[in-house]
Amino acid sequence: MKQRLERDVIGMRAAKELQPGDCVNLGFGLPTLCALYVPEGVRFQTEAGLLGYGRLVMADEVEKADWHYIDASGRFCTPGLGMAIFDVVTSFIMIRSGRLISVMGGFQVSEKGDLANWNTGGDALGGTIGGAMDLAVGSRRVIITMDHNTKDGGYRIVKKCTYPLTARECVDLIVTDLAVIEVTPKGLVLKEVAPGWTAEEVQELTEPKLVIAPDLKEIEL
Amino acid sequence: MLNKIFDSFDAAVADIPDGAVIAVECWGYPATAHNLIAALKRKGTKDLTVITHTFIPQVFSEDLATLPSVLLPQMKKLISPIVGIMRLGAGGFLREYVEKGMEVEVMGHGTLAARLYAGAAGLGGIYDPVGVGTIVEEGREKRVINGKEYIFQEPLKPDYAFLSGHKADKLGNLVYRGNYRSDQPMMAMAAKTAIVEVEKIVEVGDIDPEHVVTPGVFIDRIVEIPPDGLGTPEKGAAIIQQLTQLESVRDMLFGKIE
Repeated sequence: MKQRLERDVIGMRAAKELQPGDCVNLGFGLPTLCALYVPEGVRFQTEAGLLGYGRLVMADEVEKADWHYIDASGRFCTPGLGMAIFDVVTSFIMIRSGRLISVMGGFQVSEKGDLANWNTGGDALGGTIGGAMDLAVGSRRVIITMDHNTKDGGYRIVKKCTYPLTARECVDLIVTDLAVIEVTPKGLVLKEVAPGWTAEEVQELTEPKLVIAPDLKEIEL
Repeated sequence: MLNKIFDSFDAAVADIPDGAVIAVECWGYPATAHNLIAALKRKGTKDLTVITHTFIPQVFSEDLATLPSVLLPQMKKLISPIVGIMRLGAGGFLREYVEKGMEVEVMGHGTLAARLYAGAAGLGGIYDPVGVGTIVEEGREKRVINGKEYIFQEPLKPDYAFLSGHKADKLGNLVYRGNYRSDQPMMAMAAKTAIVEVEKIVEVGDIDPEHVVTPGVFIDRIVEIPPDGLGTPEKGAAIIQQLTQLESVRDMLFGKIE
């Protein structure tokens, strides 16, 4: 059985997409890992109205937890140097005007870049939207980090999403435990594969036909 | 000077009629006007429409915090981008109320903010690109503007806003703290009557005009949270203590990031 990438390696690879000066909103779960590996000078935003918050409060310093400073995934954070505080209208103008990069989790991504990441139940009560729809539509770049397949081996990168959509044609890059795939007008371009995996093996585990990048390589961190 | 200061939460909500539309912020625990929610629950006002950011089950004991969901038996409609906690079955806890006729309207958080702005500014609504192609567009007018699809969203004009502020002067000039600000300035401006509970009421002139976030003209009623009230730093700390006793929650909130 070949090794798939560990979760923190997915986070590390996604973090490589971020440059000093970028302002980034990190979604719940896997994307939070990116924060550990980003270059200095990347600033983080939460929809609640903080830009440039500091490190997260960990288990050995619970007394530092302050309800006034919470990150985008609901964890306590510390006020960062140069942090700005603002209301939610300002926050979503930041998001919708393309000033932010968004790293989110995903349940499914389609070959056109449609994203389903808020709901597995089917109706309005089956999930929580929060800021996800705004982030998907408005961000300058949408990076999705997720497992390449479902727990029982099913496709997550699909021809058409079967879960309720977050937004249509919004995803730019997918980073999984097997591959890095770019969404382009010509289709999904396989750019990198996990060490030891071939393009054919990744294709087997992906529903839509992948375009193999001429410079396909192993994932570099 | 018009007196905006009320000496109890019950007095501040006493005139709220059945059928009222209430905007009240909530981020799980933070940014929530716990005392005003508790007062409205005591009053028993019926057929409420509640507009909030996070509508999750009342996971705390009510002597520590009251979330908007304590009003569930009094509600006829909910408008919110977050119904429930994903790993606790999302909005499943609302099904019994929906089956009894409660309406639930969901949308993206930025859409909620824009609808409150529209309500505050007297706009007739917004054409919104967010929600296109999703279940949010069901039953809504769609329009193509310059080749791009939008869906129409009506403005939100709450009858009352319940706000959680840091300090207010006697004119109602208001300062929030950290991410408690969030949707609250919009809720204050969109509502016909804005009621704020604050940690501290100060004299006029004690707040630097450069620091005022919500100008007093938008604030109608002010109640100072008493030492034994909800939302005090002591109660907030007690809740964090409680949360750290539950292993799963502690890992989620403070554990190694993985």
